[in-house]
Amino acid sequence: MARLTLREAITEALRDEMYRDEKVFVMGEEVADWGGTYAVTKGFLEEFGPERVRDTPISEMVIGGAATGAAMAGLRPVAEFMTINFAFLAFDAIVNHAAKVSYMFNGQFDCPVVFRAPGGGGKQLGATHSHTPDVIFAHFPGLKVVCPATPYDAKGLLKSAIRDNGPVLFIEPVPLYTSPRVRGEVPDEDYTVPIGESDIKREGSDVTIVTYGEGLHISLEAADILAKEGVEAEIIDLRSLQPLDLSLALESFKKTFKAVVVEFGHQTYGIGAEIVAQVQEKAFDYLDAPIKRVAQANVPAPYSGELERSALPNAEKVVSAVKEIL
Amino acid sequence: MDKETLLGWYRQMILIRRFEERCDELYQLEGKIKGFLHLYIGQEAIAVGTIAAREAHDHVITAYRDHGHALAVGLPAKNVLAELMGKATGVTGGRGGSMHLASKERRFWGGYGIVGAHLTLGVGLALAEKYQNTDGATLCYFGDGATNIGYFHESLNLAKVWDLPILFICENNKYGMGTAVDEASAEPSMVKRAKGYNIPGKQIDGMNIFEVHEATRKALAACRKGKGPQFLEMITYRYEGHSIGDRTRYRPEGELDKWRDESDPIATLQNHLLSESDVAESELKAIQDEVDKEIEEAVQFANESPFPALDTLTDHIYPEA
Repeated sequence: MARLTLREAITEALRDEMYRDEKVFVMGEEVADWGGTYAVTKGFLEEFGPERVRDTPISEMVIGGAATGAAMAGLRPVAEFMTINFAFLAFDAIVNHAAKVSYMFNGQFDCPVVFRAPGGGGKQLGATHSHTPDVIFAHFPGLKVVCPATPYDAKGLLKSAIRDNGPVLFIEPVPLYTSPRVRGEVPDEDYTVPIGESDIKREGSDVTIVTYGEGLHISLEAADILAKEGVEAEIIDLRSLQPLDLSLALESFKKTFKAVVVEFGHQTYGIGAEIVAQVQEKAFDYLDAPIKRVAQANVPAPYSGELERSALPNAEKVVSAVKEIL
Repeated sequence: MDKETLLGWYRQMILIRRFEERCDELYQLEGKIKGFLHLYIGQEAIAVGTIAAREAHDHVITAYRDHGHALAVGLPAKNVLAELMGKATGVTGGRGGSMHLASKERRFWGGYGIVGAHLTLGVGLALAEKYQNTDGATLCYFGDGATNIGYFHESLNLAKVWDLPILFICENNKYGMGTAVDEASAEPSMVKRAKGYNIPGKQIDGMNIFEVHEATRKALAACRKGKGPQFLEMITYRYEGHSIGDRTRYRPEGELDKWRDESDPIATLQNHLLSESDVAESELKAIQDEVDKEIEEAVQFANESPFPALDTLTDHIYPEA
């Protein structure tokens, strides 16, 4: 058992899987010589060689498509998009091809491809490089979408993603990569975290907070603040957005009667909208108050630091949302 | 080329032509086929001639005008037709339709409906061969219209950068939907475009199955020898519209007649068989009758086949674990 950062846990999962299965290889922009723009595959070129650690041109359409084709033919590619913002250029390859080949061809073809995509804002990278567009990808049947918030989940979920016979978009919240507060215990031995299962990250009886990714950490921070005022929040980490598991969230809600959804994507048509819809469908009689949403403001990300931060969720906003419905 | 082989080609070409003609009726007169329907009439020599040159373990992947390729890789006409009619007995169980025929068993990875997208999948199939040190090549077909989309350029570039065993086959039928090549492409020579990526290319008379077959055989051998991607531009002509309902008003008067009268791929092969290969007209007639019978049996099979059960709607969204 070691205490790893989120990024170290991802690297460890990748390395383990490459040793376990020769069909696993990585491809993407600057993954080899450079070791990945976020250094996730640092040293891999020396360790595994150029056949299995493949630099590509800056060509997202063919990164998405060639990884898909190689997966159909039986390999297990892990294709890295330098950031999820660039995955927009491969949108057709991901949602219209990787996600469709199983169904469209009547189950003849597997497609065990993983698309890794670092995402998230707050780094002053400007409007085009700061998206949290996770929900867009989660809209499509056929594509699994996961986003870990802890090193334990990151390692276990990435292993599950690589071993899955269908396409998985693996979203990595960049602000959590090396954050000391996110560092956590990760077993050395092989384990997996199943895709499509949420997890209780904090128990409480007064309000349910449903979140994932970076949202987990501001929610935990908010819960500490609330606890000092005698309010105990229960926090559900979705971990997977597609398939979406709301069983724990609903169970919790039936105990607390109040909920807040926290996400870093834009509020309109967001994860929160889906969760609110499902909660009122499945637990209408338990509603004691409106379900609040804490999300990114509906504006493109501005460059200037304080201005950008003002558009993003934080612990104070979560605390305020909870207090509004208590 | 021995007589049996040539008669086999003839049979396949006739089968594709008759199949497509019957599909046209099933769509327009009988209402049995719905959605898009892109007919292959006029281009038969390409699917048949190229696929005749492949090894059984080579991959085939193409665009949405895919009936000819499906029949040429040996999928039974009855299951292809059942697919077009949305039946459970179709090659993709009624889930794919005309544009999405496929057969894993025959290494036919599909028909794809988004222009150019499958070129990237073809690059991936070729990558899998190179990665595993196996010697399968990939035959990747597309139309002239696909050469203006980003997918084409990214695919050719990466295929060459990684020197993958893929044969790009451009079926240049003069029009991308209704727009002539000259009006859509700053460089109308597809071979020149390939050369821009250092991929050797050759322009071929796509109406002549002998030329098609020989060029494909050589190109696949080059792929297998580790010479990287190859490119063939097959000059051809589609007799029907882009899809059903296209009245082809964009074509100059007499253009179709000229192609059909002077260059028809089936007539070209037929003339060769009668004049050079010691084949009697009665032999060809027997093949035509046999094909007609096969098509009518296919229609009957497809008509009598059940539609997919509604409780299978959500099957195969994800591959099995």
